[in-house]
Amino acid sequence: MADRRDGPLAIKGGRVIDPSQGIDRVADVFLRDGKVERIVERTGREGTANAAGLGPMGRDPGTDGYRVVDARGKVVAPGFVDLHTHLREPGLEYKETIATGTAAAARGGYTTVCAMPNTDPALDTASVVEHVVRRARETGVVRVLPIGAVTVGRQGKQLSEMADLAAAGAIGFSDDGDPVADANLMRQALAYSSTLGLPIIDHCQDRSLTAGAQIHEGLVSARLGLAGWPSQAEATMVARDIALCELTGGRLHIAHVSTRAAVELVRSAKERGLNVTAEATPHHLTLTDEWVYGMKGSAPDGGALPVAAYDTNTKVNPPLRSRVDVEAVVDGLRTGAVDFVATDHAPHAETEKVCTYAEAANGISNIETAFASVMSLVHAGRLTLSQLVERMSTQPARFLSGSVNGRPARKLDHVRANPGMLPSSVSTSPASQGLLPATLGTLKVGAPADVVIFDPDAPWTVDPARFASKGRNTPLAGVTLKGRVTATIYGGAVVWELAGGDV
Amino acid sequence: MPRAAERRTNQGGLWAGPRRHILDLDDFTKAEIEEVMLNADGMKEVLGRGVRKTPALRGKTVVTVFFEASTRTRVSFEQAGKILGADVINVTASASSVTKGESLLNTVRTLQAMQIDALVMRHPHSGAPYFVARHLDTSVVNAGDGTHAHPTQALLDIYTIERLRGKLAGKRVAIIGDILYSRVARSDMIGMLKMGAEVVVCGPPTLLPPGFTPGETVPEGQPFEGVRVARRVEEAVDGADVVMVLRIQRERQDAGHLPSLREYSREYGINAARLGLARPDALLMHPGPMNEGVEISSDVAHGDQSVIEEQVANGVAVRMAVLYMLCARARNGGS
Repeated sequence: MADRRDGPLAIKGGRVIDPSQGIDRVADVFLRDGKVERIVERTGREGTANAAGLGPMGRDPGTDGYRVVDARGKVVAPGFVDLHTHLREPGLEYKETIATGTAAAARGGYTTVCAMPNTDPALDTASVVEHVVRRARETGVVRVLPIGAVTVGRQGKQLSEMADLAAAGAIGFSDDGDPVADANLMRQALAYSSTLGLPIIDHCQDRSLTAGAQIHEGLVSARLGLAGWPSQAEATMVARDIALCELTGGRLHIAHVSTRAAVELVRSAKERGLNVTAEATPHHLTLTDEWVYGMKGSAPDGGALPVAAYDTNTKVNPPLRSRVDVEAVVDGLRTGAVDFVATDHAPHAETEKVCTYAEAANGISNIETAFASVMSLVHAGRLTLSQLVERMSTQPARFLSGSVNGRPARKLDHVRANPGMLPSSVSTSPASQGLLPATLGTLKVGAPADVVIFDPDAPWTVDPARFASKGRNTPLAGVTLKGRVTATIYGGAVVWELAGGDV
Repeated sequence: MPRAAERRTNQGGLWAGPRRHILDLDDFTKAEIEEVMLNADGMKEVLGRGVRKTPALRGKTVVTVFFEASTRTRVSFEQAGKILGADVINVTASASSVTKGESLLNTVRTLQAMQIDALVMRHPHSGAPYFVARHLDTSVVNAGDGTHAHPTQALLDIYTIERLRGKLAGKRVAIIGDILYSRVARSDMIGMLKMGAEVVVCGPPTLLPPGFTPGETVPEGQPFEGVRVARRVEEAVDGADVVMVLRIQRERQDAGHLPSLREYSREYGINAARLGLARPDALLMHPGPMNEGVEISSDVAHGDQSVIEEQVANGVAVRMAVLYMLCARARNGGS
């Protein structure tokens, strides 16, 4: 791609929310040379603006030479960071490519996405990871950080060469979609990766409890005659892997937490000081299994299923859960048991959803709707705007920097694995590849100029035909959401801007 | 191009205009079920004639497409269509291109291109007829979808009971067996509750759907609200007007739902002693095919109270009625 530096930008008059600096006030944000240059508070009294942490102050430096972005009435925040994105490249380009997936990310306000390794081939060797890094450099619209596979071919049999993967830029390891069933192998994975300080991103599903499962096991599965995936099939594996985390001193991150039981297990593990974190998806925070009825979340009140029932766009793994579970996940996100939002953006081709429910692929294309979905929690009074930014930008960025529950992830001291197994060098890290900046998810002076500007109140109607993603698979088609990304700036360049006609 | 699904509703009923599909009984009114039964009476009269043929659906084409093995239901629909004078084309999954990897949608679109009037389908996946109905203009009749619904079976069950014993309202129906995986049980529960019956179910706890708690009634606001779940089969059958026995599949044993079919038979099988707990004139029913000696003993299956063969005979009349109602009437929203 050509040089994307747009020249200096002045984002004027927006409500700047940057939890990393405790900022929530109207200010101007100046960007230059791909970095945050300064933030200038607007007080209406020229020359007197000042506040701790607001960078160089003094006379309003003016905007000569800057392109001015009018952010009045909007929120200006660090660009969103997604720890869980399926970009599908290499091998599954018919579903998504790095180009389309990152363009979709930009529309969703994301400036950093972490690419899941369930590609074809899987990201289980350094050369495939390097391929993704190169393709991202050539075609990506925003920052792409690869996630390596835990096991070779994601087969759950043999550990991948994790140190090699880390050296190539992997920021963590996951067999997402195919949970590591063998407890001993998971133990080894947690122990081995602990030397790297990188997390095992854990899809928790006890497959012996979910044979043939299509949706959440509950009243909706009873009504529709679809085999159920009980909430407890997540909890049993979360419990197992927390125990193994304690055993090994590894770093465990629970992907797409969907159940009350799992949230409680993570909460208690954190209280015990373990290296355990968790994420939740926009859909598990906002949609229930009743969406499978095909009535946009309503249930057939004693009446008939509509012809639209069995909406395959609601099929996702883990499945959309009960109200009780959704409430618990929201509560976990609010109280800190769940660290941040991750999308699990999972684009599929149309043919993979235009079929029976049992035949349909799992996944929702949601990176373009994620912010508005989470924003609905703000409108419902469940989160503050500042908490939203913290859970979509600040916290995932801290996680990438190696912070676990407010402290550096512990390395080595708890490792009980045979030291002979450890790699000779543990100096590898994505940062050493220049992929992961030293600071991310912040508008601190000198940080990468990754910024999202959004209108928290603007209503818009989801039209998948206008997605940048190839994946049109969303149950939200036709649904009006409140809250819209109006511009996304990555490395100082405007990579997405809502045009006047885009309503 | 407007999607077919957007132009279409499935509102049925005597006064709501013609029905387009029969996907389950959940969108039937009680009056509409009664209308089906009145039509079935007329069809039974046709079936009793020396020459069993009417031209009611002459020039109409009915396609049955079964993606899952079935003899009884397919033959029943085929016979129903032929007696009404329709051209009936039977497509079985093994004989069609489905096995060559062609999608379900393409298969039924190809069939529709043959200008058919009704598509009778059975599919192993719950909800498959809803998917097909969303994408086709043809009337879709659900002849059994996965573990979801089997509406014409429920209609013939209701018909058989009402014509032998009068109105279902106030009568107690006991449904015994694998409720979790039974599409017959689901449609029967929905239809019989609509008709005012008291429905009691009983089965091993491993084969009860979520929300069905032994010893409790399904609470208001939940699917199948009002169904009582008995702890023991004797309690379920006690005083029943109808005992509906469900087929138990060997695969439930293989999947670990049951220790053995032998133990199932001992704990839940309907035999003379258990049937004796029901009202003396209680009807014994089974949707077939039966595993005699497992869920039902041979003596009662072929005994005085058994109406299992009448269910089969009534099945043809009821399917004639629904095909007639779907195909013969003018449509006000079709294309």
